Amino acid sequence: MKKRQPTQSRPAAGEPQRLLADMLRIRRMEEKCAELYGAGKIRGFLHLYIGEEACATGAMHALAEEDRVVATYREHGHALLRGVPMDAIMAEMFGKASGCSRGRGGSMHLFDVSRHFYGGNAIVGGGLPLAAGLALADKLQGESRVTACFFGEGAIAEGAFHESMNLAALWALPVLFCCENNLYAMGTALSRSESQTDLCAKAASYNMDSFRADGMDVRAVFETVSRAANQVRESGRPAFVELQTYRFRAHSMFDPELYRDKAEVEQWKTRGPIHSFSAQLKAEGLLTEDVFLALDAAAQVEVDAAVAFAEAAPWEPEADLLKDVHGPAAVAHGGRR
Amino acid sequence: MKVSYREALREALREALAQDPRVFLMGEDVGRYGGTYAVSKGLLDEFGPDRIRDTPLSELGFVGAGVGAALGGMRPIVEVMTINFSLLALDQIVNSAALLRHMSGGQCAVPLVIRMVTGAGRQLAAQHSHSLENWYAHIPGIRVLAPATVADARGMLAPALADPDPVIIFEHAQLYNLEDALPVERVWRACDISRAAVRRTGTQASLITYGGCLPKAMQAADELAATGIDVEVIDLRVLRPLDLDTIAASVRRTHRVVVVDEGWKTGSLAGEIVARIAEDCLYDLDAPPRRVCSAEVPIPYARHMEAAALPQVAQIVAAVKEMLNV
Repeated sequence: MKKRQPTQSRPAAGEPQRLLADMLRIRRMEEKCAELYGAGKIRGFLHLYIGEEACATGAMHALAEEDRVVATYREHGHALLRGVPMDAIMAEMFGKASGCSRGRGGSMHLFDVSRHFYGGNAIVGGGLPLAAGLALADKLQGESRVTACFFGEGAIAEGAFHESMNLAALWALPVLFCCENNLYAMGTALSRSESQTDLCAKAASYNMDSFRADGMDVRAVFETVSRAANQVRESGRPAFVELQTYRFRAHSMFDPELYRDKAEVEQWKTRGPIHSFSAQLKAEGLLTEDVFLALDAAAQVEVDAAVAFAEAAPWEPEADLLKDVHGPAAVAHGGRR
Repeated sequence: MKVSYREALREALREALAQDPRVFLMGEDVGRYGGTYAVSKGLLDEFGPDRIRDTPLSELGFVGAGVGAALGGMRPIVEVMTINFSLLALDQIVNSAALLRHMSGGQCAVPLVIRMVTGAGRQLAAQHSHSLENWYAHIPGIRVLAPATVADARGMLAPALADPDPVIIFEHAQLYNLEDALPVERVWRACDISRAAVRRTGTQASLITYGGCLPKAMQAADELAATGIDVEVIDLRVLRPLDLDTIAASVRRTHRVVVVDEGWKTGSLAGEIVARIAEDCLYDLDAPPRRVCSAEVPIPYARHMEAAALPQVAQIVAAVKEMLNV
């Protein structure tokens, strides 16, 4: 495998104000999504990431531009920080043809192959074998990039998790398995679904190195995922990262949250990733309230522009319904039906 | 010179591996063991363990890895040991491979070939003998092939690999030892994976079939010919998308149809074909269509019971004679 120096995707990735700004971009975008869901502009399932922003933010800053990303149905933040324009994400949520998946996928299926973002996968665990395969393709083609695969702790109960961890370790595939442990698989607590709740112990059973970080602390996530990703890049072998986090909102917009105490949610909210990081930066003299407000306002401007873009965007013509079931060559040799 | 169906498949694999560095084969025991049905025997020595890749018993994992590797620019050929085991991988085939292109708005391409063994006849009982091809033929976004001749065994892989989308190739277990002369290269190289083939022309009825039932249909046609009844035999070859033009043209010539399908009648591909004929050319029919399918039981082990469960030549002959009132 050819070696390549780890490259940063953008200048100053991981720089504190950029971490904060990106968490704010996700937060403001998703708050707007919740509002638009209430207004009927966004339909289907909508799974918000609010509370977990430090995970995607720290992790995406730690990855290089050429790295591949496979995500879940709670992937708005991952897509945004991978570089998918907020306009295209919002248009996708509206079901518009200018959406990043032409309006075919919606909230759960954001794709942007040009940015190596292989989707929102709404089958729990479904992305893990794909990630192993993408990494296998890179290994066979002599590429030194990393495939980062995000999934929740609920996926660990799926066979796909175990099969993919084993394949990746057995074949030395450069996959970074990123488990966002928010403690609940929909309404089922980790302790009610796993006999072994130490998730890193599972990685160890596959002879895979594991890393654990406080998923409410964006710096900790950035540093941990940077170390893990560099290790994967240099060794060509997989690694497992557990990011311990918490979802502040319901599982989806249909969830009455009968399964957890309000007090527990409030307790976690005191550790909210945006205000705790802001407070930390202010205490370190790296942030003023004015700068915070300016970053927040910039995020809001971006959100407003994205909503305006999505509103104005065209619908896919119904005549295109069957388009892209097969690629062009298949149509030529009999894709008609 | 005659070659076997197995050797034809192996030659096609060898050629694909030699010609395209993106092609690799993976599956359970494809390497050191030489393939459960010996299709890949010898290829490990020739192409090495990276390209003839033995997998753990993880159908979901390695079929999904095939999907990912195809997304990542490779041209994987994944072998699944038998169709019943493919159910462990159904999620990756149906929920990923088949729909990624459409769901991503045309961005993703999954040029993956999955080969698997199907069908009964070797007393392997109910967990190794079923014919579930129609389950896959139900799914938009994949092409489903059933080579039933040595020429198709040799010719289908190259166009399947050239297809930008997932292709599933069903190899009937009873065909591996089939031997036949390979037609001249120009003929098998012109393999068209969008068309059915007329294997025998006839005037009084059309036998429409595929895969492991083709030899039975051909034998039935011979027996009928000996009694003066002239039937046509259509080999579907492509189970999705169906070549409806060839089917309709045959029905319009013969005005009677018997569909022979190793799947169970309920919810079968045979049912789909009869429905299409009813939609497209009902008034060309001189008799109600007939289906010869497997009995609606899990395929049993005992030889006589297994035979009783499967479509047989005598049933095909009887169905045609009943239609013709002879």
